Amino acid sequence: MNIVVCIKQVPDSAATLKVEEPSNVSWGDALLIINPWDEYAIEEAIRLKEKFGGKVTVLTVGTEQSKEALKQAVAMGCDEAHLISDPAFVGSDALAMTYILAQAIKQLGEVDLVAFGKQAIDSDTGLVPAGVARRLGWPLLSYIAKIDEIDPAGKSLKVTRLLEQGRQSVSSKLPVVITAVKEINEPRYPSFMNIRKAGKLQIPVLDAAAIGADVSKLGATQAATQWLKVFPPPARTGTVEMISGDSPQAIAVTLADKLLAEKVI
Amino acid sequence: MDFQLTEEQQYFRRLVRDFAEAELKPRARHTDEAAEFNWLAVKKMGPIGLLGLNVPEDYGGAGVDAVSAAIAIEEIGRGCGSTGLAIAAHNGLGCGPIVLFGSEELKQKFLPPLATGSGKLGALALTEPGAGSDLAGGVQTFAQHEGDEWVIQGNKMWCTNASSADTIVTLCRTDRSGGSKALSLILVPTNTPGLIIAPAEKKMGLKGSPTHAVTYDNVRVPYEYLVGKEGYGLQHTLQVLDGGRIGIGALSIGLAQAAYEEAIKYAKERHTFGVPIAQHQAIQWMIADAATQIEAARLLVYKAAWLKANGKPFTKEASMAKLFATEVSEKVCFNAIQIHGGYGYSAEYPVERIYRDQRLMTLGEGTSEIQRLVIARNVLT
Ligand SMILES: Cc1cc2nc3c(=O)[nH]c(=O)nc-3n(C[C@H](O)[C@H](O)[C@H](O)COP(=O)(O)OP(=O)(O)OC[C@H]3O[C@@H](n4cnc5c(N)ncnc54)[C@H](O)[C@@H]3O)c2cc1C
Ligand SMILES: Cc1cc2nc3c(=O)[nH]c(=O)nc-3n(C[C@H](O)[C@H](O)[C@H](O)COP(=O)(O)OP(=O)(O)OC[C@H]3O[C@@H](n4cnc5c(N)ncnc54)[C@H](O)[C@@H]3O)c2cc1C
Repeated sequence: MNIVVCIKQVPDSAATLKVEEPSNVSWGDALLIINPWDEYAIEEAIRLKEKFGGKVTVLTVGTEQSKEALKQAVAMGCDEAHLISDPAFVGSDALAMTYILAQAIKQLGEVDLVAFGKQAIDSDTGLVPAGVARRLGWPLLSYIAKIDEIDPAGKSLKVTRLLEQGRQSVSSKLPVVITAVKEINEPRYPSFMNIRKAGKLQIPVLDAAAIGADVSKLGATQAATQWLKVFPPPARTGTVEMISGDSPQAIAVTLADKLLAEKVI
Repeated sequence: MDFQLTEEQQYFRRLVRDFAEAELKPRARHTDEAAEFNWLAVKKMGPIGLLGLNVPEDYGGAGVDAVSAAIAIEEIGRGCGSTGLAIAAHNGLGCGPIVLFGSEELKQKFLPPLATGSGKLGALALTEPGAGSDLAGGVQTFAQHEGDEWVIQGNKMWCTNASSADTIVTLCRTDRSGGSKALSLILVPTNTPGLIIAPAEKKMGLKGSPTHAVTYDNVRVPYEYLVGKEGYGLQHTLQVLDGGRIGIGALSIGLAQAAYEEAIKYAKERHTFGVPIAQHQAIQWMIADAATQIEAARLLVYKAAWLKANGKPFTKEASMAKLFATEVSEKVCFNAIQIHGGYGYSAEYPVERIYRDQRLMTLGEGTSEIQRLVIARNVLT
């Protein structure tokens, strides 16, 4: 199978974000990681490759720095990586991002499946996979908790989607775009062997021309959405009360009474 | 001079640290208290390469350089001493002799399952009831060459991993006439009839790393299971131990580092006389000493590993590194309990366990006295 995984490099969830109004968010030199949801997509892609053969190509739209995320994906077992980067991309919104990714995927030959995480932990719109699927003209299977069956030769698959109301069993033809939720698998650790491979890998950079993207559709001025204002949520107010008592039982009773009085329980 | 780890080595460290934080540390107390080997985590180590650190990629290993291997053992030890010893012994003692001296057939047959984690672990049996420091004079286990087989008879003591191993490389006497060419290393699969593994020893610490007496009652293995050259068992063993000592040094640093981090955390939290105890100079001195000692020990261990990685002689440096790192670890862990006051003596705090765990380090793979003997022999020539 020819599988593509799209990943985003995001600040570690433990990073402290600095917000400058109107809409500038920075995280200093905080650790940058692969968007955690994307790790499930990577794992699923590698498992499919291990089962059916073929290769996994990992893509990200970002800057030179994003190569680190790509290397980490290779260290987990992806075969190839491309950085998609061009000054013209700066300021692109989710809509433009779907155009860039779809153009890039079209350069990769016959692709059977494109895997995403269900959303990115920073901008968090969850829009990109749907947009990419639409632009490629492929079905979107979102929130996949399990790939039940897949027949690469017969070009079909059956999956379980995890929805708030319950589970949904869906079948579709390939090629397809999927987004993964954490129930789908347990992402593996990178391996020493693949880290070595990733260290040696030259990651090609594809610019707008290389993916045949029309730059007049990209960048801040063309964005369909604008971040008018970004602001941190108001600091939590509240007080801490330490409960003391003669025994753990007595403390627990006091705690339960207080929680009842506050209508928490 | 370059004291910088390579990018790859830094990445390895981050990976093993993340792994140990997630898979080993949260379970370390249980592993010790229940004397339960952490198989779940060890099985996950195979695909990462942690079970084949010195095994070439052709045989399913990671084939990392000796510095990276030391870093890996250090970080595993920082998470869990028991698992650290088991993995250090597996790599250095279990796989080590096969990698260094095994025939092509032995390597192809036994290394892939050991290195990838598809099988169980490896062990090395040198010590006997009457032979520890003095292997040349003391080893009684005898292997008789009969036809195309070895027939092994004898008793081994203190064999780490025996109950979780597929292979036990065994130091046997193969020539009753004595002399320096009287011993040989022979690989014994643990499923061989006549091999009896006794229940795990009850120990002071490292309880999640089972150690066993092993009895060989007419154990028959093919002649080809000879590891290295017949009569060179002692020489091969000493070479294996040189590498193993870097591992024990690294493990000691991991334990010391863990205790040191716990001590700092506690010193910042605990208040006496109106201030965190970290503000008392007596506590600060212990912490400053620990920081300095760990740094010095780490440099010695990495230097020995670097020499090994670069194909230079490293026997003396490995002994120095093992001697120094294990004695530093003793001091750092002792003071970590001191900084915790009475709570440090409670099993509720990890420093109690770490102190018990590190106590082995000045004994196993050559006692401190034997290290000094090796160093003295090297400097007095
Ligand atoms: C330099 C820069 C400037 C930006 N300026 C603006 C702006 O002015 N206005 C604005 O609205 N947004 C802006 N963005 C945000 C950017 O467009 C977001 O990537 C986009 O909105 C989608 O992110 P998301 O987190 O909502 O992804 P989601 O849709 O939540 O993510 C779902 C899946 O899509 C994947 N995905 C998301 N982004 C990428 C990517 N870049 N490469 C590969 N896979 C990806 C995720 O990894 C995940 O698997 C900017 C981004 C950059 C890098
Ligand atoms: C938890 C644990 C795991 C172990 N794992 C293994 C294993 O996997 N495989 C294995 O083969 N062995 C293993 N051992 C055994 C260990 O290597 C030996 O215990 C160690 O080598 C010391 O041998 P001994 O106990 O016989 O002590 P002895 O050799 O009897 O020494 C007793 C004391 O005398 C001192 N001494 C001895 N000779 C001299 C000398 N010439 N000069 C000065 N002082 C001297 C020693 O330093 C020590 O203080 C393990 C031991 C333990 C406790």
